[in-house]
Amino acid sequence: MSSVSVSPTQEGSRQKTFLEEVIENTPGDCHLLNCIQCGTCGGSCPSGQDMDHTPRAIFAMISAGLKKEVLKSNTPWYCVSCYYCTVRCPQSVHITDIMYTLKRLAVKERVYDDSKAPDFSKTFIDWVENYGRAFELGLMSMHMIKHNPFGVFKMAGMGMGMISKGRMAFTPTRIKGMDSLKAILNKAKELEAMA
Amino acid sequence: MKYSYFPGCSLERNASAYHVSAMAIAEPLGMEFVEVEDWNCCGATEYVSLNLTASYALIARNLAQAAKETSTKQLVAPCSACYLNLKKCDAYMEESPSLEEKINLALAAGGLSYKGGTLKVRHLLDVVVNDVGYDAIAAKVTRPLKGLRVAPYYGCMIVRPKLGENGTFDNPEYPTTLDKLLKVLGATVIDFPLKAHCCGGHMTQISESTGFELIRRLIKGATDYKADLIVTLCPMCQLNLDAFQGAMNSHFNTNYHMPVLYFTQMIGLAFGMDAASLGIGTELVDARDALSKIGVEVPEAELVVKKPPKEALPMPSLPEEK
Repeated sequence: MSSVSVSPTQEGSRQKTFLEEVIENTPGDCHLLNCIQCGTCGGSCPSGQDMDHTPRAIFAMISAGLKKEVLKSNTPWYCVSCYYCTVRCPQSVHITDIMYTLKRLAVKERVYDDSKAPDFSKTFIDWVENYGRAFELGLMSMHMIKHNPFGVFKMAGMGMGMISKGRMAFTPTRIKGMDSLKAILNKAKELEAMA
Repeated sequence: MKYSYFPGCSLERNASAYHVSAMAIAEPLGMEFVEVEDWNCCGATEYVSLNLTASYALIARNLAQAAKETSTKQLVAPCSACYLNLKKCDAYMEESPSLEEKINLALAAGGLSYKGGTLKVRHLLDVVVNDVGYDAIAAKVTRPLKGLRVAPYYGCMIVRPKLGENGTFDNPEYPTTLDKLLKVLGATVIDFPLKAHCCGGHMTQISESTGFELIRRLIKGATDYKADLIVTLCPMCQLNLDAFQGAMNSHFNTNYHMPVLYFTQMIGLAFGMDAASLGIGTELVDARDALSKIGVEVPEAELVVKKPPKEALPMPSLPEEK
């Protein structure tokens, strides 16, 4: 880790390292530089066995500047946001937040191998950006049509159950202040693009 | 005590039983909830995967709306994901002036503003056990949940991560507040080793084998400990463990039957309220056998299918959909 320079770039004299990029895009102080490669994160991860690389390996790869390999891997998309790694990390690395950063960078660079998870997030947010609230039926059906058409039969029982118990709305709810929310989100996206 | 209340999208429909039961126990527990005006979705775990500034601005709009209510500085969320999002946004805005400035630039476009640290974001369980307190709850119990073996299940986002100076209100690895609460209600509480493990969140939609395995572990764990039911405090956990239990059973060719109810429903039952008024009967895994142990009758599950309104068919489309 010590070989990686993190001093501020001088007047753009060199390109930012991938490590710097990850740190910069994570809110607050994420302590990524303090990682000691102990592996407590991977050992605590409930979905670690399905990941291409455990978080520990990902952090070593980030330090080594393996940007493409990191952003292509399924690791961040298999993070279930349980925060076990985050609370157990002896160096207080904000691991879950860094996984979100990697997802955002992968979406920005469009380098992920499997689009299922990013598409799910996008479909979820499409409803929110247009109505202000999440819409489960719309999300589930649109996602399944795109990524799992035969899953409809598998999930039919559950869907019918939810409908018969009155737990599924057929129409989305729109908030009153939709114009204000749209203005806020558009401005936020503008600011994000500038960063 | 008076609180601002952020129900969240799940409680509008799929988890309406949680909302209904929370409202039912509010009065006997002396809690007054004022719903945040025109609140919006918190973005769950999805928006922050796409756009950092927009995801925090989305959450911050709710904080700004809630801060308009001047009679209380306490903001309560019953959903663990909403709770963490609101708390995290508030904490990071307070911690990072540059983030706070950026978010406020976005909020200003909608005529709003928020200063990090203005509100205290709390989970409903925290308020119930720490503000109302175990003694006050015990005093109201008229139908102790005697003989009912329950598995207290916290999930992730209520106890993790630690944020700000005060951290979390319960232990991130081995929480006990829900255990104590259920004991006060008279139930037999099993020492559930998986109580703070993950339900899988949205993984059923991303990778079925990953999602179903996480659900299986929890259901099997509670079954092995001979629990009659699992008690939860999060709509996502309830959805995964209850609504996806059938699909999980088909996936593994198993035959588990483990009802999953909300802690607010358990409080209501112990206070002598009838099951229907607490939204009991809307769970997909039938809880009637379990509840008959404490003499609670759940009305025969009636079909509450409402015909979808005409405008709902075909599927509503997004205005900006290309």
